Amino acid sequence: MTTLTDDTLPATPRAMRDEMIVFVVMALLLASVPFTGVYPFFVMQALCFALLACAFNLLIGYGGLLSFGHAMFMGTAGYCSAHALKVWALPPELGILVGIVAAFGLSLITGFISIRRQGIYFSMITLALSQLLYFIYLQAPFTHGEDGIQGIPQGRMFGVFDLSKPTVLYYVVLVGFLAGFLLIFRIINSPFGEVLKAIRENEPRAISLGYRTDQYKFLAFVLSGTLAGFAGALKVFVAQNASLTDVHWSMSGEVVLMTLVGGLGTIFGPVVGAFVIIAMQQYLAGFGQWVTVIQGSIFVICVLTFRRGVIGEIAHYFRRSL
Amino acid sequence: MQALYAQLLVGLINGSFYALLSLGLAVIFGMLNIINFAHGALYMMGAFVAYFLLNLGGINYWWALLFAPIIVGIFGMILERTMLQWLTGLDHLYGLLLTFGIALIVQGVFQNYFGSSGLPYAIPDQLKGGMNLGFMFLPIYRGWVVIFSLVVCIATWFLIEKTRLGAYLRAATENPTLVRAFGVNVPRMITLTYGLGVGLAALAGVLSAPINQVRPLMGADLIIVVFAVVVIGGMGSIMGSIITGFALGVIEGLTKYFYPEASNTVVFVLMVLVLLVKPTGLTGRAA
Repeated sequence: MTTLTDDTLPATPRAMRDEMIVFVVMALLLASVPFTGVYPFFVMQALCFALLACAFNLLIGYGGLLSFGHAMFMGTAGYCSAHALKVWALPPELGILVGIVAAFGLSLITGFISIRRQGIYFSMITLALSQLLYFIYLQAPFTHGEDGIQGIPQGRMFGVFDLSKPTVLYYVVLVGFLAGFLLIFRIINSPFGEVLKAIRENEPRAISLGYRTDQYKFLAFVLSGTLAGFAGALKVFVAQNASLTDVHWSMSGEVVLMTLVGGLGTIFGPVVGAFVIIAMQQYLAGFGQWVTVIQGSIFVICVLTFRRGVIGEIAHYFRRSL
Repeated sequence: MQALYAQLLVGLINGSFYALLSLGLAVIFGMLNIINFAHGALYMMGAFVAYFLLNLGGINYWWALLFAPIIVGIFGMILERTMLQWLTGLDHLYGLLLTFGIALIVQGVFQNYFGSSGLPYAIPDQLKGGMNLGFMFLPIYRGWVVIFSLVVCIATWFLIEKTRLGAYLRAATENPTLVRAFGVNVPRMITLTYGLGVGLAALAGVLSAPINQVRPLMGADLIIVVFAVVVIGGMGSIMGSIITGFALGVIEGLTKYFYPEASNTVVFVLMVLVLLVKPTGLTGRAA
């Protein structure tokens, strides 16, 4: 069986240097957005999804586990943060923390259940678990069912930064995204990340080398779920609501699509993919259900002809690790 | 008691759909090593083809029962020839992603033209009405769905486990290269298998059209429940899929009677319990 990414290069110092250069360029570009006149709401939204896709990519690109229910972490963190901010009137930093803790707890439980099966079964289990959660949130009183939690106060971060100002909010979201991104970058390049890649390439061999692969996969799952929760908590401040769409299976599918378009198992791919898909939704909003058809077509085209994704193709062409 | 029997019947009907769909998934997975995410969309297509046949061609339910699976099966075989066959040798996950994309396309197109509301499909005259069984009132159509599905499931089991063609099929599942060396056209068999699995889904769609109305998203949520059924039952055995499908339908029906709030979630909760107790699923065979 061929692996998902057939040509990942080893993490040499040169590769690390390339990646750091690209990271700095990306950070500078994103930091200059408020001066360019680009609609900041769009970029903030894309950044939240980019972080979510990066967290998802940690699991599939480096652990070989395709989770088809990653929206459940984003949605759960979103609901919990929103509830903490609106009903408990907590300050933003604690609201985010509540969301992260909720996603952490959820990923402990769902990871414990789903990691028991491999490959395709793992995908079906995560999908089923997220659907279970969807129905729970549909009926639970605190989520307000179809209406969702709306009109969430943005407040002042650490008592200083007024999040109701778009520029301030933008930089807070950007810092959150970059912090999450760097953490994932660090995880991938750590000894833990190397073992994870070894498991993806050949699990029986990793087991025979003495690694308890289930524990590694479980930890990767929890890290990924918690970071996805962070993305969900940030998104609450951008969208100022938390609704059922964030837990629906179609949202999980979109995350998969973003990562696939950008490049599975590439570091910057999920970011590019998230911007492409969010931009597409923005510009094609008037076409109604055709957006779904286009998304489906992108899935088909990517799987049949473009499995490396945008960044994967570029990296392959220049023989670099990106 | 009347209500309990009525919910049991609803459970049996849902169980028939679970059984037909998970059976198709298992057959397809055996030959193609693909989890067919488009199964729900093709089930929906079955119902729509029946609707078109009736309203555009004046072809009645009985012929639709024959033609809809054939038409959707041919559509499936075209999909297999043009797309799925190129995935041979790639990771399983790509099959899931590709068929997910196909499902989005099919559902999106139908949603565009038919919105999200349901189109009515009348119960055929011969199956209208009901009969009094003494302990409950049985609508004839519903009884027909259960019995007919059971017959189709058993016929499929017979075809795969007891006939020569089925023996080829099982052999090709185990070792396609060797079976090819014996002069069997394995790629054609794979295409026909996909057509068969898809045809079963379309058949379930026709059966459900008079009960659940014809909606573009009728298969979208159903397929996730069927995935949970497949996780519970495992895909190793045909009979296992049939029994698990019906059993879970009945359990869901009972839940609707005793604790309706959990009727949407009971199958998923059972899946979690099975995974905790017996991670390989009820019929064994680790994946």
